[in-house]
Amino acid sequence: TVTVMAAAGSCSWFPPLALGVSLLKCLFINAYHSTDFEVHRNWLAITHSLPVSRWYHENSSVWTLDYPPLFAWFQWSLSHVAQHFDSNMLRVENLDYVSPGAVLFQRLSVVFTDGVFIYGATECCRCVQEPKEQRDVLSRPSFVLAVLLLWNFGLLVVDHLHFQYNGFLFGFLLLSLAKHLQHRHLQGALLFSILLNLKHIYLYMAPAYGVYLLRSYCFTQDHRDGSVRWSSFSPLRLLALGAIVTSVCALSFGPFVAMPALLSLWGGPRGPRAFLRVLLICSLGSFLFGWHVHEKAVLLAILPLSILAVQNREDAGTFLVLTTTGHYSLFPLLFTPAEFPIKVLLMLMFTIYSFTALRKLHSGPGRLLRPLEYAYLLGLNAVAITCEVALPLSPWQQTLPFLPLLVTSVYCSVGVCHSFLRLYVSLLRPEEKPKQL
Amino acid sequence: MQTWSLVSICVLLALVVRWGVSLNSYSVLLFLVCACVYVLSAGKHWISFPFIRLSDVSPGAGKPPMFGDYEAQRHWQEVTYNLPLQEWYFNTTENDLMYWGLDYPPLTAYHSLICAYVAKSINPEWVELHKSRGYESPKHKLFMRATVLVADLILFIPAVVLYCLYLTDGSSRKKVSTLFCFLLYPGLILIDYGHFQYNGVSLGLALWGVLALGLGWDALGSLAFCLALNYKQMELYHALPFFCYLLGKSVQLGLMGRGLFLLVRIASTVLGTFALCWLPFLSDPDHAMQVVRRIFPVARGLFEDKVANTWCSLNVLVKVRYILSSDSQIYLSLACTLLAVLPSCVRLLTKPTFWQFKLALANSSLAFFLFSYQVHEKSILLVALPVCLLLNDLPLVAIWFLHASTFSMMPLFLRDGLLVPYVVTSLAFLYFSIYLLSPLEHCSEDTLRLGVYRKLLFFLPKLDLAWIVRWKFYISVAATAGLSFVTVALVPPSHLPDLFPLLVTSTAFLQFLGTFIYLNIVQFSEPPSRKSNKKKK
Repeated sequence: TVTVMAAAGSCSWFPPLALGVSLLKCLFINAYHSTDFEVHRNWLAITHSLPVSRWYHENSSVWTLDYPPLFAWFQWSLSHVAQHFDSNMLRVENLDYVSPGAVLFQRLSVVFTDGVFIYGATECCRCVQEPKEQRDVLSRPSFVLAVLLLWNFGLLVVDHLHFQYNGFLFGFLLLSLAKHLQHRHLQGALLFSILLNLKHIYLYMAPAYGVYLLRSYCFTQDHRDGSVRWSSFSPLRLLALGAIVTSVCALSFGPFVAMPALLSLWGGPRGPRAFLRVLLICSLGSFLFGWHVHEKAVLLAILPLSILAVQNREDAGTFLVLTTTGHYSLFPLLFTPAEFPIKVLLMLMFTIYSFTALRKLHSGPGRLLRPLEYAYLLGLNAVAITCEVALPLSPWQQTLPFLPLLVTSVYCSVGVCHSFLRLYVSLLRPEEKPKQL
Repeated sequence: MQTWSLVSICVLLALVVRWGVSLNSYSVLLFLVCACVYVLSAGKHWISFPFIRLSDVSPGAGKPPMFGDYEAQRHWQEVTYNLPLQEWYFNTTENDLMYWGLDYPPLTAYHSLICAYVAKSINPEWVELHKSRGYESPKHKLFMRATVLVADLILFIPAVVLYCLYLTDGSSRKKVSTLFCFLLYPGLILIDYGHFQYNGVSLGLALWGVLALGLGWDALGSLAFCLALNYKQMELYHALPFFCYLLGKSVQLGLMGRGLFLLVRIASTVLGTFALCWLPFLSDPDHAMQVVRRIFPVARGLFEDKVANTWCSLNVLVKVRYILSSDSQIYLSLACTLLAVLPSCVRLLTKPTFWQFKLALANSSLAFFLFSYQVHEKSILLVALPVCLLLNDLPLVAIWFLHASTFSMMPLFLRDGLLVPYVVTSLAFLYFSIYLLSPLEHCSEDTLRLGVYRKLLFFLPKLDLAWIVRWKFYISVAATAGLSFVTVALVPPSHLPDLFPLLVTSTAFLQFLGTFIYLNIVQFSEPPSRKSNKKKK
């Protein structure tokens, strides 16, 4: 597929979006943060104060270093800046150390490292096909994608309230995807390897990468009907890939479920969009069936799906269901009363925007979602009121304290499973010609 | 995208920003200053360690100002809930007026009473008589912040939305941009949510008054404004324009016919509203007098603390406070205020159009701010509201003034530990208003209404006035940024301890004075023809 780059000069709206969200993040510096804050402070201390050989042995804190080495080096480089804010936080024995300087540094580090995410989003927006006729800015797919990525509710809430470095990591993922969409496969593979060495949860996406690169990069030609031409195998390319991607192997349940999707990637057309679809199925499959999955892992599926959603009508429908359900499932992460207005307001903002923008983008006959799906999403309101307001104030709070969490998880699981099935169906259905938007 | 979705996204974002500001705690200031200074002063010995200049906010120096207003509001809830109405404004054994006595008109008291009922149902300890003094807890802070948000949501924000959608001209995109910038004005957000006040209520009610007058509903407009007056007496800054506009309109309609009818209707609305608000206090004239005495304390001086008005700035050069007796100070300020207000109000009387009304609101409140007696720095918000109404028509001057007004309150924000919200909201406001309203692009002598200036400077025909105005804007922004940085990072020399606050107020004063002169000139010049047929009546 030929990708048309977004017209140069049309991206004057990107800096305001990026700056606006960064300024908003600065307002949350003093909001609630979870134990992940202490986790990262501890890793700053470990990497700063101890020799490398002790990094993965140190266990005076219960939050031992459990990310791959590249992340440890990342924390090490951050620690050099941290010492100017509050050197006490870099002492390993200062468990649960919280000072205004430490809070400020950690929060600002997330805001600044989000620069990688902003760069990744820029690259993805450049890969989006623009429609032929000139539309006004708000209706362009690249603008909608930029908002859906930069102002993503889940990322804002998990990174800047709960506290994590997902923006930084997802930046690498988006860059890798963008490179693949631009057919720069080696660069994409390199970025993915870096990502794998930053956080191993992305192993769930490795099968998709493996099969796609093997099929579309190592086999340089196809037969006319799309099946593989075995004679066109290029050992050089395979070696190049192998040299870059060293740890691609499937370890958990997810990839087994993704098997039919992987087969389709092998047998079907070579396009990078099909790759993106299979990647999504791997991520979502691992989320549904994996071992010790965090609710934050739903972002692994939501963010790449944004890229497909602005281009394809069917994907936009799946995106709306998955995003709304997935984002709502993050609500139990922020259980403090002070952050309640923030999560409700931000969720409303993002939901209103995604619905109206995608509907405008894919304006045409028929609706994006079926009536049952609309009813399900409207039901989320009732679930929200029940779990956030009614149940905590009722007498059952003492006897059944986990009931709100149970209701939330069960209700959202229906939506996530449904999105998974929709994605699978859209992949295995014979490929339609991409509609002109 | 449809307007309603853009409007709701703007409102939601405005609410998130407000709540984000209110989450900020007191101690961010200490360590942010330390961090900045440490990073910047590595090796530079002439920047002293900042702990010295933060001595005025150390725990031993008495109640910090932020908790002052916060505790005052909490105390009013306690007083209004537990004591009968007759005792609210009196000094009794139960009610010690020296400890944050009630000094706003009755509507504030009723509002506190409503909040007190809610507080009592959540946790009775919050409003227990005497025992709850100085009560602080995270839940209580959350409750108080929530009351401000709810009040804003009910009163202020709908008024802004309706104003921007129905009383401004331009495409819907432009209206939403104006709405966004209006809601993002940092001064109001920082004072209400950082410092803690309910300005959103009084300004919201005043805005409803303006809205009603703009739509031609004069009686409703008067009702709304009277409610605003009965909420905060400082709304008197806006009273003259309302009066002159309605009087001028009645005169235009003919004093013997419909004009008289209008006048009678408005007068009865005003009297009725006042009577309704003051009803419980009217049974005893002494009672009413006591309330008035509490609301208008005349025993204080010409100005308190550093404020960006004429008297404080003049005091730097000529010690006005010590030269004149306190009586002559009152007369001087009265005379100057009246003189400053007169031209604008007379013009409005003769030409009661909505455009003139908006300009008169700005001019009158600015005149009061600059020349009046006992002005607080927060009173600039009363000027900021009318100027926000002008965002659509005079974007460059409006943005400039609003930025300067936020800057003028910077010493107050620093005292409350609101440095980060101040920087974030000011940057956001400046950036987004310039990006969305593009004031610097549509910058010509015509759009800036520099006709009179051109005539005054006839001897310099080649001068590009628009270019000068643009550069004055850039310089002023740079100056405010520089002064903000300097105030935070440096310690003033020991023989000039108030150097930085005075620099801030003097700079702000110059900008306010310039705006005052400019807006008066605009009020007296003819509006461009394309505007006159779109303006309402």
